[in-house]
Amino acid sequence: MKPPPFDYHAPRDLGEALRTLAEVRGKVLAGGQSLIPMLNMRLAAPDHLVDINRVAGLDGLERSGDGVLVGATVRHADAERAEVHPLLTRALKLVAHPVIRNRGTVVGSLVHADPAAELPAVLAVLDGRVRLARWDGGVRVREVRARDFFTGPMESAVEPGELAVSAFFPALPPGGGSAFHEVARRHGDYALAGVCAVVTVDGGLVATARAACVGVGPVPVVVDVGEACAGRPPEDADWAGAAALVRDAAEPEDDIHASAAYRRHLVGVLAERALRDAAREGAARGA
Amino acid sequence: MTTRLFGEPVQRREDPRLLTGQGRYLDDLGRDALAAAFVRSPHAHARIRDIDVAPALDVEGLVAIYTWEDLPERVGRPLPLLIPHPALTHGRTAHPLARDVVRHVGEPVVMVVAADRYAAEDACALIEVEYESLKPVVGLEEAVQGANLVHHDVPGNIGAHLVQEVPAADGRGAREAIETAPHTLAFRLDIERSASMPLEGRGVYARWDGRDLRVYSSTQTSTSVRMAVAAALGLPLPQVEVIAPDVGGGFGVKIVHPWPEEILVPWAAMRLGREVKWAEDRREHFISSAHERGQVQYVRVGFDDDGRLLGLEVTILHDHGAYTPYGIIVPIVTSTQLLGPYKVGAYRVEFSSVYTNTVQVTPYRGAGRPQGVFCMERTMDKIARYLGKDRTEVRAANFIQPEEFPYDQGMTFQDGRPLIYDSGDYPEMLRMVKELIGWDSFERAPGRGIGIGCYVEGTGVGPYEGGHVQITSDGRVHVSTGLTSQGQGHETVFAQIAATELGVPIERISVVTGDTRRFGYAVGTFASRAAVVSGNAIALACRKVREKALRIAADALEADPADLEIADGVVHVAGTPRASIPLSTVAVLANPLRYAFDEEAARATQFSGTAAPDRPPVAEGEEPGLEGRDYYSPIRSTFAAGMHAAVVETDPDTAEIRIVRYAVVHDCGKLINPMIVEGQIHGGVAQGVGGALYERMVYDQHGQLVNASFMDFLMPYATEVPRVETAHLETPSPLNPLGIKGAGEAGVIPVSAVIASAVEDAEGIPIDRMPISPSDLFHLRAGRRR
Repeated sequence: MKPPPFDYHAPRDLGEALRTLAEVRGKVLAGGQSLIPMLNMRLAAPDHLVDINRVAGLDGLERSGDGVLVGATVRHADAERAEVHPLLTRALKLVAHPVIRNRGTVVGSLVHADPAAELPAVLAVLDGRVRLARWDGGVRVREVRARDFFTGPMESAVEPGELAVSAFFPALPPGGGSAFHEVARRHGDYALAGVCAVVTVDGGLVATARAACVGVGPVPVVVDVGEACAGRPPEDADWAGAAALVRDAAEPEDDIHASAAYRRHLVGVLAERALRDAAREGAARGA
Repeated sequence: MTTRLFGEPVQRREDPRLLTGQGRYLDDLGRDALAAAFVRSPHAHARIRDIDVAPALDVEGLVAIYTWEDLPERVGRPLPLLIPHPALTHGRTAHPLARDVVRHVGEPVVMVVAADRYAAEDACALIEVEYESLKPVVGLEEAVQGANLVHHDVPGNIGAHLVQEVPAADGRGAREAIETAPHTLAFRLDIERSASMPLEGRGVYARWDGRDLRVYSSTQTSTSVRMAVAAALGLPLPQVEVIAPDVGGGFGVKIVHPWPEEILVPWAAMRLGREVKWAEDRREHFISSAHERGQVQYVRVGFDDDGRLLGLEVTILHDHGAYTPYGIIVPIVTSTQLLGPYKVGAYRVEFSSVYTNTVQVTPYRGAGRPQGVFCMERTMDKIARYLGKDRTEVRAANFIQPEEFPYDQGMTFQDGRPLIYDSGDYPEMLRMVKELIGWDSFERAPGRGIGIGCYVEGTGVGPYEGGHVQITSDGRVHVSTGLTSQGQGHETVFAQIAATELGVPIERISVVTGDTRRFGYAVGTFASRAAVVSGNAIALACRKVREKALRIAADALEADPADLEIADGVVHVAGTPRASIPLSTVAVLANPLRYAFDEEAARATQFSGTAAPDRPPVAEGEEPGLEGRDYYSPIRSTFAAGMHAAVVETDPDTAEIRIVRYAVVHDCGKLINPMIVEGQIHGGVAQGVGGALYERMVYDQHGQLVNASFMDFLMPYATEVPRVETAHLETPSPLNPLGIKGAGEAGVIPVSAVIASAVEDAEGIPIDRMPISPSDLFHLRAGRRR
């Protein structure tokens, strides 16, 4: 469990980081909570590691009325403690364990694009986006929406030479509530299945309802269940019917920890719990 | 008296060192040693066609590459079969490096030595081994069909087959007793694989100075590793010393020896004339050490209207993996300890120990008992359910009664000696555990259940251990014993025993274990035996020293030894405190000197006037020094017992299982340190919860272990382990001077049985296989609805 040899780069500013990435096409090291084990198990063998922890200006955590912008080196623990976004905070409490959250980064988790991870689902359900930068004679930036960002299991839209510099999580609107429910084998494990939900309540009636599932598809499975429950008071809406839609959209697989059938069942249970809780919170916030 | 410490909850003396990072584990030693790494088989079953090391030769820092063909005859031999048994007709062990055929994923094929572990692993990655794959044998049922063979010369993959029968009092055999019983039940039980999984893996570090070999190993037996290494390397025993440094857990896997690496690393150190070290990594531990637990059991039982057992027949398929270095101890323990605290009428147990292309199976804490207890306790619950009786009532109807000890179960135990229980009080223990958990007042509700499990554990097996106790002229007491420590608290409990026996403050007592330089004769730490066997040996050695101290002190004080006492390290005449002499001075007087090295020592020199000029300085029959050595060799095992009960809640929607309460009543005879016993129980219960709800070794059809990491092999965290409520019962063992029994394995033994009992109670669905996951429970529920 020792990594194969690699060249190590520690750029000091964004330009240097992007030029290095353009030149060597290395793997980006931020929190290292996934990359280092993969190196040690020799599942990854990049020739170059580009450590962005010393790059100035990537550690910003900015909240505005529109949402929260999370820089590339912001740790899970920092984002969790800052309580910048209710759904993000909820999700972060479900990410692994405190020592991992002390090092792991929010943006790194998005780029890693593990379909069992919580943060991609949060970005997806909120319709957030990731800002990517690369060097092309100068800093070139593009923004990718969540629906386009997660392209497959452990695959994202980040191109070779690109660095994800920040992620933007849109704020919940007035009357918007959120919830995150998951079932993991042990505290802090990747979930067998998880569902996060955002429900907005306007004038005492459900306006919108969306859910995103964790661990039951190649990418976060986002389901808009607005049609099944919009226009009804939160306590009267057909949450079971809405949850069934989410359950049917899931694409779970068997693995050593749980069967696909059990996972699908869980998605239904958790979706109903998450939608009800989100609606309850939305109603309270809207009131 | 301040020195009466036996039975007190003395704080663990090793903790300040171990908890503040001052422990010295294997990988903390030998910083400048060369590093070894191994190319291990990626196939479960394959013939080695060719090994090409050429691509690795350019790796910077490479020192040596060895395959089986490079090993001298003596080193390359199959590893010893440690515990032969007549029923093990087809025992097989591995070669230190694979010869021709690999039989499980992880079997070592090539050894690389390099400047550091990074370079060694780089070289491993470049070595090309060409394999011809053979059909793997995975799973017990496939194995016993015998269509494919793990070893070509072991037909049917059966390594051992053993039948033990105990007839009923009227002479009838189990089958007849079952057939004529008023009620009978028959069922199958499954227990999956788990493993010891110490947080520190195995490891070996060797130094050769041209004449003497020093080996450090993360082992549970340094003395036996020493003999194995000396034999394999052809060295005279006095030229080999083996030391177990701080060891980060063993739980059974480190009693196996010599591991391939324990031979190969010292051999390479000698050959290269350099220090060599190998520290196992986690993946290696999963695929290259040992597992346990996997069994299938077929049970038939006959009983009367009260639930009393009339006959029990159990047929066990035991998966021992690819090799049998530890013999058939595990299925023997299952077969015998299955009986628990009960009288079973007639008993017939038969096991087949079966080869598969998986990691070998050797004892893991509990060592076959969890499986046996699962079998018997599931049987008790099924009888209760069938008769509509309370589950504790059926158990009570079958208990051995307190006045029936010593109780002969009529079988042969794992030490080759009769299975005779020495003492116990099972009805009282049941009363205590029912009270502790609130059995009679438990309010049953959907998704809420209560369960119970009882066991008896043979502990403190022989053949022997020894203790050496020396009091030096500074008044300090140095205790050593040959068996090893893996964190149990031996430094504390052995010091408590010495403090109590000698009348010396515990602060003046130091304890050394597992160092062949200090004590060369020992067996090892396993089978809940250290406190019983070494503890009694140390007590006996202390008594020798005490007797000598009193003899010398009596001479100096001109008193009768029978009138002397020792307290706080001072010998004094009973009732006359002023007539006294400290043990430090006694130690000086015990060792006549020609040369003084300090003022105290000067009192023992020839002109000090302390010796009678008309007698030899060392009297006939005496030895210089205030020290003693003694051994304790038990006639047979002592039998500890326990009863656990738990309350669980199951989620109606997600099928998650939560342990709400967990209660343990435990009897290990006289308690040396109740706090340490409780700690042992807590740790054991945690491992038991792992076995009941989380841990399994998942092999696919190709013999790949697909969950060989802590991410997918689910050891429970503190968050998954319930608070454990404990109570102690003390029925002293009549077999040893201290009246003690072992406690090391206790906590783990009945947990799967207890949780199965509670989940079955909550769900009303028979629970016949463990572990049980939420996904499993979901499917059991779906099956019931169908």
